Amino acid sequence: MNNKIKRILPQLLTILFVVLIFGFFTINAQVNMDNRGIDFGFGFLKQEASFDMQFTLLDYDGQDSYGWAYVVALLNTLLVSFLGIIFCTILGVIIGIARLSSNFLIKNSAAWYVEFFRNIPLLLQIFFWYYAALRALPLPETAEPWFGVTYMTIKGYFIPAMIWENLNIFVYCLLASFISIIFIRNYAKNLQEKEGKQLPLLYISLAILLVVPGLSFILGGVTLDFEMPVLKQLSATSYTYEGGIGLPPELIALVLALSLYTSTFVAECVRAGIQGISKGQKEAAASVGLTPNQVLKLVIMPQALRIIIPPTTNQYLNLTKNSSLAAAIAYPDLVLVFAGTAMMQTGKAIEIVGITMLTYLTISLLIAALMNWYNKKIEIKEK
Amino acid sequence: MKNISFLQIQSKSPLTNMYMGSTLLSIAIFDVFVSSFFSINITSFLPQNISTFLPLIIGFIGLGIFRMEYTGIHLLDKVNKNINTNNFNAFLTLLIIFVVIKATPPALSWMILDANISGDTKEACTGTGACWTYIKVWFRRFMYGMYPNELHWRINSAFILVIALGFVGYFFKENLKKYLALYYVVIYPIIAFLIIYYLISGGSFGLVWVETGAWGGLSLTFIVSFFCLIFCFPLGMVLALGRRSNLPAVRYISVGYIEFWRGVPLITVLFMSSVMFPMFLPEDFFMDKLVRVIIAITLFEAAYCAEVIRGGLQALPRGQYDAAKSLGMGYWKMHIFVILPQALKLVIPGIANTFLALVKDTPLIFVVGLAEIAGMLALAKTNPKWLGFAMEGYIFAAIIFWIICYAMSKYSYNLENKYKTER
Repeated sequence: MNNKIKRILPQLLTILFVVLIFGFFTINAQVNMDNRGIDFGFGFLKQEASFDMQFTLLDYDGQDSYGWAYVVALLNTLLVSFLGIIFCTILGVIIGIARLSSNFLIKNSAAWYVEFFRNIPLLLQIFFWYYAALRALPLPETAEPWFGVTYMTIKGYFIPAMIWENLNIFVYCLLASFISIIFIRNYAKNLQEKEGKQLPLLYISLAILLVVPGLSFILGGVTLDFEMPVLKQLSATSYTYEGGIGLPPELIALVLALSLYTSTFVAECVRAGIQGISKGQKEAAASVGLTPNQVLKLVIMPQALRIIIPPTTNQYLNLTKNSSLAAAIAYPDLVLVFAGTAMMQTGKAIEIVGITMLTYLTISLLIAALMNWYNKKIEIKEK
Repeated sequence: MKNISFLQIQSKSPLTNMYMGSTLLSIAIFDVFVSSFFSINITSFLPQNISTFLPLIIGFIGLGIFRMEYTGIHLLDKVNKNINTNNFNAFLTLLIIFVVIKATPPALSWMILDANISGDTKEACTGTGACWTYIKVWFRRFMYGMYPNELHWRINSAFILVIALGFVGYFFKENLKKYLALYYVVIYPIIAFLIIYYLISGGSFGLVWVETGAWGGLSLTFIVSFFCLIFCFPLGMVLALGRRSNLPAVRYISVGYIEFWRGVPLITVLFMSSVMFPMFLPEDFFMDKLVRVIIAITLFEAAYCAEVIRGGLQALPRGQYDAAKSLGMGYWKMHIFVILPQALKLVIPGIANTFLALVKDTPLIFVVGLAEIAGMLALAKTNPKWLGFAMEGYIFAAIIFWIICYAMSKYSYNLENKYKTER
């Protein structure tokens, strides 16, 4: 009996405490909203937003609803995160491997890169790129082309736009080639486990990736044209580029800062992963007669990836959350558009901040769930 | 890629190879050095493409020539082993050396040679380099925000007092050592709060009241991160214990709390504290913006702190729990006297890392209108008298933060090593 009370009483007290806090807040919020004449509800999502966004992926103008503004802003956030993740992975893997190089200079340069970018607050880095570095770029009329057709100017980076015809056929071909590559990989794995034969997988995959979408150009009627950015005079002194795609400087500054900052953490994960494989593994693999390439591909990497992937995903998650710093340099992401502009206009503080937090929370929990599933899958099953 | 054989001059003595190789390498480095420091192109008689890549080619051949298995010459062997193991490595080595030589003169001239530091106005900056006058004039603003100039001693002395009190624990007598945790977790935060409250904001003891809106600069960064750390630690400890509790209600509430705060970005938390939180308070109850921000960051960091402490709790062997229970200790006795002292010692490096992340996060309070160093920079940048010095400002702030964070990360790394060997 005594034991039962000991178990139930603390739980009851905790629940009571939480309920009391929530109740206190709810009652206060109710009173405050009544006094100010605001009512709680999500009806505003259907109202006309009547503000503009500088940069959108989907069609949007001021006549669209707040709900649509939310979707467009969320896509902007995801775009930054996506680009940041790609670049930080490439950079991070290179730096991480460089930190393990036998070359004294390479090792130390990589170490200093990591120490340098990791120890400066991300917000300062974003500000540095946006307010200092990118402001030093040339004006559109004086910009020299990069790679012949792209222009890096103070107003953004202008690249040619791709104009597809029958894009869907091309996408289907791409999908088909991916699926066939997966099948071939499975087949090769079985073949290796049963007969010990190895197929030149990399070349086969590359060939499929090139040939199948290539065929779609010849047989499927897919055509690809480029629309070049062309200099255009707006007024006596103001120029801009028209045509093509213009990436705003806010986006460039954000992606630069986020990928440089996060790449240092990814590099540390990669380094820890490769170092985590004991030397014995390498020696054992070499002693059964595998070539150095095979050692890396069949023995080291599968084990290292198991250590590398979970913390790296965590870093991707951090990058996604950090992309909310976009609000500080007025890139129209979820926080700026929704928790900033939309809230100022509607005054629905509780609903809007709540939706914003829930959105990030959902992304985090989704990735965490995915990670748990992946960890379960790659776990070493001990017999 | 082991060796390009025709470069290998077959000679009996490795000395010949060494002299030839190092001569070529020195020529290459000399060429780059002269062209970057004195802008003299000694190979200008060649076509431009060749003249650009010539040092790379010559240096590459030079390194190729003196790459040998073992020569017995100490220096040469060391160089070969460290930076010249194969063609790829040699190439990267050359590239890094040349990039460093090429980048030094512009950086040097911008930072020091062509920079200005004298004078008090924008007009004093006549050089093409950085204008450190800007930093000099605004230095006090960057450090203390809009806090009145003649009262800066109050901030300084408050910091010195708080730091001195932090070290008091080192001088505790042996018989007082058991109160150490009590001192740091309960008494110290209270004293520190009182010191900062009475000294920095004033209002009593004959000190002039300075409202929190005037606080700013780097000192605000320290105040915010210091308070958040000392408040989030006890909260994190309770949450960590809650997450490991075997009472379902307690556990689920702790897990929910931790996962919620870890799942949202700090910037939304700050937005919440500045626009949503006042709605949740009674109408006539006013809470200062700075206090709201500190509460928000504390709640946020407590979740991270809890995860670190949980790691320490999990790292303890089960035997410790069993031994404590077999002595008849209850839950609280067991945790206070046996588990927590050991677990907290384990997590000190982790806490140091959390604190590092916290310090790096504090510039974010700029988005809710508190002018710590990033905010002061934004303010100074838009001052009509000082337009166009954003670069200097951000580099200055970056250097300051870099020094603080680098020192802290090295310190926590040392702590990690120290406690690793002690176990």
